[in-house]
Amino acid sequence: MPPARSAAPSRAPRATRAAGDAAAADAPLSPERLLELYYWMRLTRTLEERLVALYRQTKVVGGLFRSLGQEADSVGSAFALERRDVLSPLIRNLGSMLVKGATPLEILRQYMAKGDSPTRGRELNIHFGDRDRGFIGQISPLGDMLPVMAGVTLSFKMRGEDRVGLVYVGDGATSTGAFHEGINFAAVQRCPLVVIVENNGYAYSTPTSRQTAAKQFVDKAIGYGVPGEQADGNDILAVYAATRRAVDRARRGEGVTLLEFMTYRRKGHAEHDNQSYVPKGEIERWERENDPVARFTQRLTGEFGVATATLEAMDDRVRAEVDAATDEAEKSPPPQALDALVGVYADPPRAETLWYREGDGAVVEQHERAEGWGTYAAAPAPPKAD
Amino acid sequence: MPEITYLEAIREGIVEEMARDENVFCLGEDIGAYGGAFKVTDGLLARFGEQRVLDTPISEVGIVGAAAGAAHMGMRPVVEMQFIDFIANAYDMLTNYVATARYRAFLPCPMVVRGPSGGYVRGGPFHSQNPEAGFVHTPGLKVVYPATAEDAKGLIKSAIRDDDCVLFFEHKYLYRRIKGVMPEGDHTVPIGKARVAREGTDLSIITYAATVFKALEAAEQLQAEDGVSVEVLDLRTLAPLDDEAIQATVRKTNRALVVHEDTRTGGLAGEITARINEQSFAWLDAPVLRVTAHDVPLPYAPQLEDFVLPQTSDIVRAARAVLSY
Repeated sequence: MPPARSAAPSRAPRATRAAGDAAAADAPLSPERLLELYYWMRLTRTLEERLVALYRQTKVVGGLFRSLGQEADSVGSAFALERRDVLSPLIRNLGSMLVKGATPLEILRQYMAKGDSPTRGRELNIHFGDRDRGFIGQISPLGDMLPVMAGVTLSFKMRGEDRVGLVYVGDGATSTGAFHEGINFAAVQRCPLVVIVENNGYAYSTPTSRQTAAKQFVDKAIGYGVPGEQADGNDILAVYAATRRAVDRARRGEGVTLLEFMTYRRKGHAEHDNQSYVPKGEIERWERENDPVARFTQRLTGEFGVATATLEAMDDRVRAEVDAATDEAEKSPPPQALDALVGVYADPPRAETLWYREGDGAVVEQHERAEGWGTYAAAPAPPKAD
Repeated sequence: MPEITYLEAIREGIVEEMARDENVFCLGEDIGAYGGAFKVTDGLLARFGEQRVLDTPISEVGIVGAAAGAAHMGMRPVVEMQFIDFIANAYDMLTNYVATARYRAFLPCPMVVRGPSGGYVRGGPFHSQNPEAGFVHTPGLKVVYPATAEDAKGLIKSAIRDDDCVLFFEHKYLYRRIKGVMPEGDHTVPIGKARVAREGTDLSIITYAATVFKALEAAEQLQAEDGVSVEVLDLRTLAPLDDEAIQATVRKTNRALVVHEDTRTGGLAGEITARINEQSFAWLDAPVLRVTAHDVPLPYAPQLEDFVLPQTSDIVRAARAVLSY
């Protein structure tokens, strides 16, 4: 049975510094909205389980990154945004991207390096974005998305747009210079930005005790002169409420908020990682006592009176969707090699083929995108299934 | 039209683009109220206001990253590095994030990073650098380095209008020494096109930025003393290189000397020499030689700086070696 939120006292929230300033944030979600939250968490988990199967079949050609046990903080926080808002996910925010409109088909094609994947085989895993749907593709150097999102939200402020940005960093990224420079810049400019530190206990193999001498990451908010709030990252409603408060604050023109969500990374850095550095029993304890899906299921069926059959039907729906997307993705073609030369610049639109590779140029011409591609006005064309 | 300096030409270009396109804005350290360390942005705050001329914290990573984010959303930021030496702090953001954005994520990054570069000014190791080579090496960035006032204005305007990130190197030795009369109207200079700074028939000196003027001095001296006719090619843009112009001048004179102020190993001269070798070997009457800075950090004392950096006399000596081969 899923436990109450005090199940993992060592990582339970320790402080709330900016709570209770927005009634809307604490207003109860409708039954439909609650079920939506469940759907996104279940979809995240089921899709990742499917990716594991494909990884073992060597159909995922690169690494596989899991967010097992962290689904609540991704889904709950992204759920607090409006469609026009923009977020920048990190490697364990598959759930945030799904909420923002990324599809299982895109994720599967991306992991399988297909030619019609969102990046046409150029980038790995969930490293992709779509400005129209409001998520900006991340890069691997950690912390870098914070200055970028400072700039995205600076543009909202400069243009007087009613839009908010949200950026995720891990406990490890808070040690980077980019994190510091980005949050400081955004704080000074009062950008409408929510900064979420997902404290999942580990950065690759490094525990938080080796990452910072601070007692808690939320304490860093004081140094930047911004409000900070810590919440139980495995309680999806707490995540939603805390994010909503920060989003509302940003929307009111009150600038940056730093949120710290306490969660736990139950899988390794990536699928290859055997987690030998984790104390014995720790993972099992979190699985047993503090699984975010199990906890929410218990609240739905208990306090919110949702029938178990309703949730089971949703699980079936999710499985069917992931099955269909997998079938579709498997049919996708690989990229054509010479597409690698297209689109480094707007002008020139393609790099020259080296002379000892000449003779295949026609493939590029045929694969090249038409006018307007990559410019501000034109969103990437939707992926085509051949 | 009166003559204006290289520095004023850059400012004029920025002002015209800010007036033309409300998406253009400037950000950097001390660029607003103070007008910038060299006063390139002097007067911009008064004219365009705090919304479009942002004084930022000392955060090269933060500023460049924020510019990229704003550029994704349709703005056209112009970032000032107080000295271009500090662009090294933003190397990760420029090479990992900005340069790859269009390719990996179809995210446009129409932004300019500009700043005072180069030596001959007793600036010492951290106020004299020419860090262009590392960025020329990075696919996804464009690199511009004008020598004349007309090109400075025309290229900053083209850089601001370009749909990709352009690094705009300004030579601080030229800021107030070089003047020009700006062409009438909306004067732009295309990125990627070199300029023949002096016509000649016996030897091509291929160079850019401050050493354009040293090459021109050397050409005068060689004409007067040796009776040889030297062509000087001012590259103006370093990425993409104007291959056509490089090969054309080499095929015309059959001898080439590549000159730059940057250090030797891994500098642009190596790349240019390789391209000449690959494409115009059969036209050459002599090996391509290089005149560059010595491979050391740039020292402060005049006796040291002048020894390390390429001088007109070095160019004359090297030119005679190529000519007499």
